[in-house]
Amino acid sequence: MQLIEIQNISKWYGEFQVLTECSTSVAKGEVVVVCGPSGSGKSTLIKCVNALEPFQTGNITVNGISLSDKKTNLPKLRSRVGMVFQNFELFPHMTIIENMTIAQEKVLGRSKEDALTKGHALLKRVGLVEQTNKFPGQLSGGQQQRVAIARALAMDPMCMLFDEPTSALDPEMVNEVLDVMVALAEEGMTMMCVTHEMGFARKVANRVVFMDRGRIVEDAHKDEFFGSPRSERAQEFLSKILSH
Amino acid sequence: MSYNWNWPIFFSPVPSGETTYLFWLIEGLKFTVLLSLSAWVLALIVGSLAGVLRTVPNRFLSGAATAYVELFRNIPLLVQLFIWYFVMPELLPKSMGDAFKQSDPLFQQFVAAFVCLGLFTSARVAEQVRSGINSLPRGQKSAGLALGFTLPQTYRFVLLPMAFRIVIPPLTSEFLNIFKNSSVATTIGLIELSRQAQQLVDYTAQPYEAFIVVTALYLMINIIVMSLMRVVEGRVRVPGYMGGK
Repeated sequence: MQLIEIQNISKWYGEFQVLTECSTSVAKGEVVVVCGPSGSGKSTLIKCVNALEPFQTGNITVNGISLSDKKTNLPKLRSRVGMVFQNFELFPHMTIIENMTIAQEKVLGRSKEDALTKGHALLKRVGLVEQTNKFPGQLSGGQQQRVAIARALAMDPMCMLFDEPTSALDPEMVNEVLDVMVALAEEGMTMMCVTHEMGFARKVANRVVFMDRGRIVEDAHKDEFFGSPRSERAQEFLSKILSH
Repeated sequence: MSYNWNWPIFFSPVPSGETTYLFWLIEGLKFTVLLSLSAWVLALIVGSLAGVLRTVPNRFLSGAATAYVELFRNIPLLVQLFIWYFVMPELLPKSMGDAFKQSDPLFQQFVAAFVCLGLFTSARVAEQVRSGINSLPRGQKSAGLALGFTLPQTYRFVLLPMAFRIVIPPLTSEFLNIFKNSSVATTIGLIELSRQAQQLVDYTAQPYEAFIVVTALYLMINIIVMSLMRVVEGRVRVPGYMGGK
């Protein structure tokens, strides 16, 4: 069953077309990596999936729920789709545990105790229990991003979206975040990840979607993508980023 | 220049003999503080609302808020005061207008000055609040929405707590301004601090003493306000963020 179905999405900023007839899908339990040069529209595409970015034509369904349907309760849908951002976007005025519990309480209506239990369990899982009562500004980038992943998981999402989760990190912190993501993928979480971490893609991705200038140029099984990319643009991209 | 300094003048009885000149000043101080504080509350409420509305995606709401802000910050304060005091009672339904005009003059003056100062300052507060919200990283709003918050919840839990912290220094300036601006109420006869200073001069011919003391009182009010706001700023400081530890 396809959990995320992207059908013929096009999007314009004024005259400028950022997405052109993009179609792809993510099945339940599948890990799809979206890559491509900067400005290719990959972040925009992934933000369309939970309707953070509107699109003009085409449709996206998540778990069978159509985003273009005016009657769709978007906040409710978003609460079940976890999202991790490039710049972490923890709420700076809340402690780590408050970051973890606020949406559980205010959106899902969980009791404070339940939210705290869940929050503590997830902090433990990402190895950050000792940071419970600190503020985001007191943590390193890698730690903040692990909290951000845990915060999304606290909502019991049916799938996770990652928008370049390691791009803003110091190199030495990339792996601690990727480790959490790999563990998540191995547990069977449905994931759509915009990332340039080709090691991660090789390790856990099922498919790789390659974008260029707002189009999906290649959508292939990872072995096929890394072994023999069909498009010239993808070959060029791979040769550039894998040459070192 | 020969000037007869007479500091004990404040303890002399006023012409009617009921009280002293010092008491006049205290009475004026009371109205300045009452007027400014109540107008500040109005300004904060209306200004925050207008500032938030200027940043929402709904074009009608943000347009209305923009029109409000531009109207109130582009008309001189004194003109606004005269409009509220002289013109508005005529525009009210006749029974209401008449009731207002027959009420205690002090009440009329106070209400007009309160609404005028409150709304004038609200336009300025709105601009501060808007700039505070706009100064936050765009991703904060996205993160709030992505967790399933509605737009009002995103403002309530994510954007406004940080935006208000960021704009405490400019809001402090507005808070100080409202005390200083409250002196325009003297033009419609409200017996606030600067009005009392003028009266003192008229009655005693001791302008230096009168204005030195009134100046000191304004300074004192504003030093208290600044210290208070500094305490607030310290209390809400976020560890690890900007000035926080």
